[in-house]
Amino acid sequence: MSSTLAAAATAAIPSIPRDDDGPVFRAPWEAHAFAMVLTLHDRGVFTWPEWASALADEIKRAQAAGDPDTGETYYLHWLATLEKLVASKGVASTETLNRYRDAWDHAADRTPHGKPIELTPEDFG
Amino acid sequence: MRALETILTEKGYVEPAALDAIIQAYETKIGPHNGARVVAKAWTDPAFKTALLEDGSKAIGTLGHVSRVGDHLVVVENTPQRHNMVVCTLCSCYPWEMLGLPPVWYKAAPYRSRAVKDPRGMLADFGVTVPKDIEIRVWDSTAETRFLVLPMRPEGTEGWSEEQLTELVTRDSMIGTGFPRKPGAPS
Repeated sequence: MSSTLAAAATAAIPSIPRDDDGPVFRAPWEAHAFAMVLTLHDRGVFTWPEWASALADEIKRAQAAGDPDTGETYYLHWLATLEKLVASKGVASTETLNRYRDAWDHAADRTPHGKPIELTPEDFG
Repeated sequence: MRALETILTEKGYVEPAALDAIIQAYETKIGPHNGARVVAKAWTDPAFKTALLEDGSKAIGTLGHVSRVGDHLVVVENTPQRHNMVVCTLCSCYPWEMLGLPPVWYKAAPYRSRAVKDPRGMLADFGVTVPKDIEIRVWDSTAETRFLVLPMRPEGTEGWSEEQLTELVTRDSMIGTGFPRKPGAPS
């Protein structure tokens, strides 16, 4: 998504948090990633120091791999960290995650434009 | 993202409605106005200010704010001799409960590295001039400890109420990358 499209998309969704500099999330998924981390922490899946150290490692890894780390990719790191922690804590394995990702891709492909995408058992082919 | 959320929902780790409630809370209830109220109270209530500087989390707890991630909040006071500024060089830890969600620049590598190496130059980029004879102290946040700057009360606000003062406290003044508004300046 281009930055103008992202801006238009976030402007169209009133529930996205904003501050003086504009939306603090650039897209709804960022807010979801943020809220999921807080929820899993509340449920005791990981401690906050565990989270912070995993996130710091992920950002370092991404920087080493050429990420510009300008703050715009921040929630991508957040999400990658969450996926890794969820796997290492035995909540959802990488295989499960990939299976669901493929299923969502399948659901997106078969859903006509403009219709909400819904996941059905058939998508797990 | 959707895949992860679906799995966590199916396994009962998250509920979509609860997620929305969190997002909603950060949008409407949690923001710099929380920190601004704390700062304005410290400006008008000397006993609260002493307690706040002694143990930030405890003093703020008496106002009904409780940290959800169990971190400790340390409040650092600006004085005529010292300007404080907050950064998280590792991963952008931030006192969310007081300031809401961090702005993009706070999370960006240029701020995270330069705030430590060249704080005066960094502040100049924000349009903030700190005279040479004032020491700049940079506080690096961790998962356990976060920092909130207590800015100096603007001159010309003698006799102002806590509510009036709250309006002068900006988010950046509590990060240390700005000053409170001056009385009469547009908000």
